[in-house]
Amino acid sequence: MANPAPQAMNTKLATQPQGRFGRLLHNIVRYRVLLLMLLPTSIIFFINCYIPMFGLFIAFKNINYIDGIMGSPWAGLDNFRFLFATSDALRVTINTVGYNVVFIISGLILSVSLAIAINEVRNKLASKFFQTVMIMPNFLSMVVVSFIVYAFLHPEYGFLVKHILPMFGYSSVNAYMHPNAWPYILWITKMWHSIGIGSVIYLAAITGISEELYEAAVMDGASKWQQITKITLPLLTPIMVILTILNMGGIFRSDFGLFYHVTLDSGALRSTTDVIDTYVYRGLIQLNDLGMSSAANFYQSVVGFFLVIGANALARKLNRDTALF
Amino acid sequence: MTTASRSNPYTKGSTTAQIILNVFFIAFSLACILPILLIVAISLTNEKALTLQGYKFWPDHIDASAYQYLFKHSETLVKAYGVSLTVTIIGTVLAVLLIALYAYPLYRKDFPFKKTFNFYLLITMLFSGGLVPFYLLYVNYLDLKDSLVALILPGLSNAFYIFITRTFFQQTIPEEMIESGKLDGASEWRIFFQLVLPISLPVLATIGLFTTLMYWNDWFNSMLFINDTDKFSLQYVMIQMIRQAEFFKTQLAGSGVALMVQESVPTESLRMAMVVLSIGPILFIYPFFQKYFTKGLTIGAIKG
Repeated sequence: MANPAPQAMNTKLATQPQGRFGRLLHNIVRYRVLLLMLLPTSIIFFINCYIPMFGLFIAFKNINYIDGIMGSPWAGLDNFRFLFATSDALRVTINTVGYNVVFIISGLILSVSLAIAINEVRNKLASKFFQTVMIMPNFLSMVVVSFIVYAFLHPEYGFLVKHILPMFGYSSVNAYMHPNAWPYILWITKMWHSIGIGSVIYLAAITGISEELYEAAVMDGASKWQQITKITLPLLTPIMVILTILNMGGIFRSDFGLFYHVTLDSGALRSTTDVIDTYVYRGLIQLNDLGMSSAANFYQSVVGFFLVIGANALARKLNRDTALF
Repeated sequence: MTTASRSNPYTKGSTTAQIILNVFFIAFSLACILPILLIVAISLTNEKALTLQGYKFWPDHIDASAYQYLFKHSETLVKAYGVSLTVTIIGTVLAVLLIALYAYPLYRKDFPFKKTFNFYLLITMLFSGGLVPFYLLYVNYLDLKDSLVALILPGLSNAFYIFITRTFFQQTIPEEMIESGKLDGASEWRIFFQLVLPISLPVLATIGLFTTLMYWNDWFNSMLFINDTDKFSLQYVMIQMIRQAEFFKTQLAGSGVALMVQESVPTESLRMAMVVLSIGPILFIYPFFQKYFTKGLTIGAIKG
């Protein structure tokens, strides 16, 4: 017991049972209501999170539906051999990590810059209005976003295709057939969807900075630019670091909807848009290739775990307080 | 928005700088909102004009026939709205209640199993079994294919929201209040429901709104688990529509409207009208979001 309330301590001391097991039993009975409160969610976490963790072993099995998952024969590392023998594994890994790194870095720079800029807007009403509009895209599901991108890129009627590109001499471009355009399209889409909300998070942190710091700086004759680089940015650094590190831990997982829906799952775009998540999904649902998808799934989970641990260790090293655990 | 930007009285930027800033943000706001308005514009454009002139931000004539069509043959739409609403409402209520119930014992300093249950949550933030085992569990062992439970249950395990709620409890509910409640002879349940929950309204509202949005915008679980057209959510119907233009015609034709074959279906504008109708409810909760949302985001509750 960490910190029993004083009253409870006095009354309980006399009846405190001896031995570890006795104490445990005593505590279970005493805190049965609180334990009951924890029960339903604990069960749900067990189903949604813990059983699938143990289920990772299927990557080492050769699943067939006659024997069932438990009864199917072990396959050793065969599934992994097949996965890494293809060029797929390398391609989806490079795509996943590449997009994530670019998204994290550019998202950070753009969100923080926007937050600092909007903090300087003097008209409060205008500032509120801008914030309200900027976070709007984030409220749309990726399915809706895919329609928006489609409205611009529709091979016949799309706004860009029909009205803008012809001005530059391109007619009837089917973007869904040109893989090289997609790193840019996906980047714009992702930034459109996320930097507004990102900047509002940083803005909230900026408004938490003490006014006196700026007043003192002005007394000393600091320019606006100096205030930003010498006060705002240093004080934002902890939250920037922790958010970035958290994102770095997720570098092996991607925004499935962005890569699956916005590209319309177009086969012609796979070379530049296929990521681990879409690869696993396709193997599981469309191709029914359990061996391959479970191997890729295992690879993602395990590497992802080490990335989270590593990112957290890094955060701890930089600043104990910013670490997740 | 609760975050009013600060205009520092001691540092008057130049008026020119203010004008540049405002012009920039007006442009940026337009970039955020115009793509959404393009969808609205297309949904209000005549089908023939669309095929002739392509998608435009400003239709020559406003034509609401896509909406008329949707309401006339509303069976698919009504069903999908029904599924989405059911899942969203049940999911949100359950999620908020369960999150608060789990967060409360973690907040109690005298609770001896606090560390264990903290750790139990933390693990799920670090390590995930991934899609394949999760899918096989739901389909092969829990038999949740084509069940609405498969759309609700996955959203009920969010460790992050529990930590946010627990931190809110720590910051706003004094221990003495719980103690005095106990001295007055109130049961643990009573303390939770009549003391803790009412004070925690801000954080519960924040989490409720996040959860509402998550359930309303969810399509992934439908893609995994739902084949029965009667249980298609709004988001999932939209996926079908963008992938196969024919889906809508056959769906609607299947709903017993024989006239359909002769009647021309405004496919292009129809799809976009559907998208507009799916965004509608989000606009409705948007003001509430603004009120609570930054508070929820900055509650500073990341640490386990």
